[in-house]
Amino acid sequence: MGALFTKDTQAIFWNNNTSAIQRMLDYDYTISRAKPSVAAIVAPTSNNKFEKFFYGPDEIMVPVYRTTGEAAKAFPKSDVLLNFASFRTAYDVTMEAIAIKGQFKTVMVTAEGIPERLARKMNQSARDAGVTVIGPATVGGIAPGAFKIANVGGTIENIVNSKLHRAGSCGLVTRSGGLFNELSNIIAINADGISEGVAIGGDRFVGSVFIDNLLRMENNPEVKYMILLGEVGGTEEYKVIEAVKNGQIKKPIIAWCIGTIAKHFSSGVQFGHAGASANADAETAAAKNQAMAEAGIFVPESFNDLPNKIKEVYEKLKAEGIVTDIAEPALKTVPTVRRAKEFICTISDDRGDEATYAGYPISSVATPETGFGIGDVISLLWFKKRYPKWATEYIETVLKTVADHGPAVSGAHNAKVTARAGKDVISSLVTGLLTIGPRFGGAIDDAARYFKYANDNGMSPTEFIDYMKREGKTISGIGHRIKSVRNPDLRVSGLKKFAAENFPATPLLDYALEVEKLTTSKKDNLILNVDGTIGILMVDMWRALGYSEADIDGFIDAGALNAFFVVGRSIGFIGHILDEKRLGMPMYRHPTDDILYNVELAEQL
Amino acid sequence: MAQRAIREYDGKAIFSKHWEKYFSGFHYGFKSVLVTSGAELKAKAEEHGFEWLKQEPLVAKPDMLFGKRGKNDLVLFRTNKPGDVTLADAATWIDTKMANTTTLLTGQHGQLTHFIVEPFTPHSQEQEYYISATTVGEDDVLYMSAEGGMEVEEGWDEKVNEVHIPINMSDADMQHAVKANIPADIPASNREAFASFAIQFFKFYRDQNFAYLEINPIVMLDNNEMAILDLVARLDDTAGFMMRDAWGEIEYPTAFGMEDQSPEEKAVAEADAKSGASLKLTILNPMGRIWTMVAGGGASVVYADTIADLSGNVSDLANYGEYSGGPTTGETKFYADTLFDLMTRHKDPKGLDKILIIGGAIANFTDVAKTFTGIIQSFEEYAEKLKAHNTRIYVRRGGPNYEKGLKDIQAAADRLGLYIEVYGPETHVTDIVRMALEK
Repeated sequence: MGALFTKDTQAIFWNNNTSAIQRMLDYDYTISRAKPSVAAIVAPTSNNKFEKFFYGPDEIMVPVYRTTGEAAKAFPKSDVLLNFASFRTAYDVTMEAIAIKGQFKTVMVTAEGIPERLARKMNQSARDAGVTVIGPATVGGIAPGAFKIANVGGTIENIVNSKLHRAGSCGLVTRSGGLFNELSNIIAINADGISEGVAIGGDRFVGSVFIDNLLRMENNPEVKYMILLGEVGGTEEYKVIEAVKNGQIKKPIIAWCIGTIAKHFSSGVQFGHAGASANADAETAAAKNQAMAEAGIFVPESFNDLPNKIKEVYEKLKAEGIVTDIAEPALKTVPTVRRAKEFICTISDDRGDEATYAGYPISSVATPETGFGIGDVISLLWFKKRYPKWATEYIETVLKTVADHGPAVSGAHNAKVTARAGKDVISSLVTGLLTIGPRFGGAIDDAARYFKYANDNGMSPTEFIDYMKREGKTISGIGHRIKSVRNPDLRVSGLKKFAAENFPATPLLDYALEVEKLTTSKKDNLILNVDGTIGILMVDMWRALGYSEADIDGFIDAGALNAFFVVGRSIGFIGHILDEKRLGMPMYRHPTDDILYNVELAEQL
Repeated sequence: MAQRAIREYDGKAIFSKHWEKYFSGFHYGFKSVLVTSGAELKAKAEEHGFEWLKQEPLVAKPDMLFGKRGKNDLVLFRTNKPGDVTLADAATWIDTKMANTTTLLTGQHGQLTHFIVEPFTPHSQEQEYYISATTVGEDDVLYMSAEGGMEVEEGWDEKVNEVHIPINMSDADMQHAVKANIPADIPASNREAFASFAIQFFKFYRDQNFAYLEINPIVMLDNNEMAILDLVARLDDTAGFMMRDAWGEIEYPTAFGMEDQSPEEKAVAEADAKSGASLKLTILNPMGRIWTMVAGGGASVVYADTIADLSGNVSDLANYGEYSGGPTTGETKFYADTLFDLMTRHKDPKGLDKILIIGGAIANFTDVAKTFTGIIQSFEEYAEKLKAHNTRIYVRRGGPNYEKGLKDIQAAADRLGLYIEVYGPETHVTDIVRMALEK
């Protein structure tokens, strides 16, 4: 049993308490932690995927999850849960965290007023699972120079003033969170600061009690002496007295119980926390202070005298050579004025010597000997991953397959008309691109979407066809004007051959071909067409690359499939535009005899 | 918020509401009324369902959280002989008791206001039992005895069996433990029924989030008819949010003999209930000369401790309380207004200065300047009154934005001509008490 937290400790923060999280990250920056102390945020009702925070002068993104389970899966080494749920849900959040086997070592619970029976159940379940609960009803704790929970220590200025930025030699345990800060300050002024500190919480039933923390500190060689600030009510201080008497605790303890005032008043006045009410003489502050003094614990005359007692014990330990001078570490200063960034970029960076694509310098992907093709560049810039050869080759195959389909299709026609009106390449290209949508090129998207939906939901091919009929929709990706079973589309044959030879598996294509068998049995030309094949194989590619179904749905929703068509077909459009420029064709005007005019005199209303 | 006592009547109402669910095989009539005058009792007897008030002999007693009502001669069950109390007798008795102050054997005294009236239940001593449950340390403990009434309290150790039930104990183990500890002197004919009742009693206590539940005596009549003759209960009010339906309307009365809260204390409590921050005020001595406006629960205790230690006379301390958890400027001003109003009502009898301690530890997240703005606004309204009472103000605080807060409050006091000394985190938190008292 060593220190509670180290400089590598990372927490999952339950509830998006941005100011508390920012304080943790400011602390991290100040003490030069390698990684931020908050790995992830759990916010059950948030739609955000991440939250931005400052890290020194810069910003970082902390991922946001909807459940503790998802966050834990993404960050298996985060062993602290900072449970900032309300008193209504804090119990459930803790129990859920305890149930994730092997994940959390510590759960800190901030809510005050959790029903007592639930708090007891929570504390006991944590104890059985070997999880330390700090709280409920606490501000938390700190391992100076390593890890700070949420708001402990207050502002960064106060943290430095109270020497909470680097480890001292005192182990501090208090009940009160407000006085924890105060004690840190007193210890900084009168000694050399704290090595580790915990505010155990003010509720009647708290997870880790004084003795748990003091025993851990006894075994932590960095802690040279301990300070305990107790309170009127309860008998927890007697467990400490017992441990001192039987030699379990050998390090010096300075202790004081607040609430000596209570003896002057009848039981009607509640001084302090819910846990703070003396039910017996032994539970009064005076009795506990006296008993602790008799056991050899250093007890001051009064709270006002506590600083002197700390100084006395510290000086004694220093004289004995048990504590030595601490070198003050260099600190980074958090800028006082910081501006949140308007834009975020996660794919490329032009700030270094050479611009990079997802970390790859351009020169390392551009020339033939690098082995990178345009498919690799797309995988880097669109998906932030290096895809294997078969996948990048598939992407390239798609681009080549969709590059052009003659001058008559609406996009190419538009581009040609615009070029003949004397417009430049960009304007002409854009008019072509603007026709891409549900009727032109959109079948790729729809085919992927509907076939995947049917397949994900376990519909048989017959059920899928019936479903589309009920929805009143034609099946995207099925059907061709001219091509049929007997006169197959060779582009489709090529794609299927490539997939068969190179893809690890093609479950969605296999499914689509079963559908095709049914549709072609009704009509010969209801074949799986090139749009359908491309979209469906793209899904198979992503599945084989290990993406989750949700990831793939996300790609489709973001329009990634359409994007392949846009890039590929732009090559053809530009070809048609350059063709028009070369031919010097005049302005196009549609012949009137090709238009049916049917105009009636407008009715007067 | 913690464990809070409820009236006997409300405790029985909760029993009655859930009786079928927990105590199948036993029967409980719940013939009880809670009244605040003889006239109300008579009116109740005219209502449908309360005909028994006119038909049966009655028992009446105060229902105001204190016990030992028998020893205090505050249980009406006989006029000439046990079981002859009529509706008219009970109404008259209630009015008589309410007409005078009542002093208990403990010395507590006050006005009786609430009475519970029930039918008289003839029974023998042998039919009386004792049962209770509460939390001791980390465990629940069930107490059972074959003797009920006052007898059980004399010779508790010999007469009562305890069963410790850890929080995670399974129902099967709990039932086994209870059955194994049924007091030996419960007659064989009743053992099984008692064990069954005790197990169900414990489940009821546990599921309904009682912190303490005692029936003394519980009377087992023929045909599994149960009579709850006396009941003491405390609820864990932190569970209130999930027990709203199960408990129904619950009132948490002030203990008998405790003065009711003053209007000012009530106003602060109401503001506290509406706010996310914490505002607490208890007036200890309205004539006291030292008034505290302290931020934070822990700090408020050490200031009270230190004032009691250093003044040598605890009656100097006028109030106890705290504001914390980031109250708004408006909430802080309201709290300060309340205090300054109270502290300027009475001249100090010895003509001494009034002392105002605006104290607090180093805040974790409360914006000190923002809360001090509320105090300054209140200074502006009360400056003349505070000066008229020779008020000396001592401030000590740290935390977010404290430099600005301290500077602002110093400037405001100087502008208004108030005596003030202002200290930050370099001064020990309670040292201003010493400074104030030494001057």
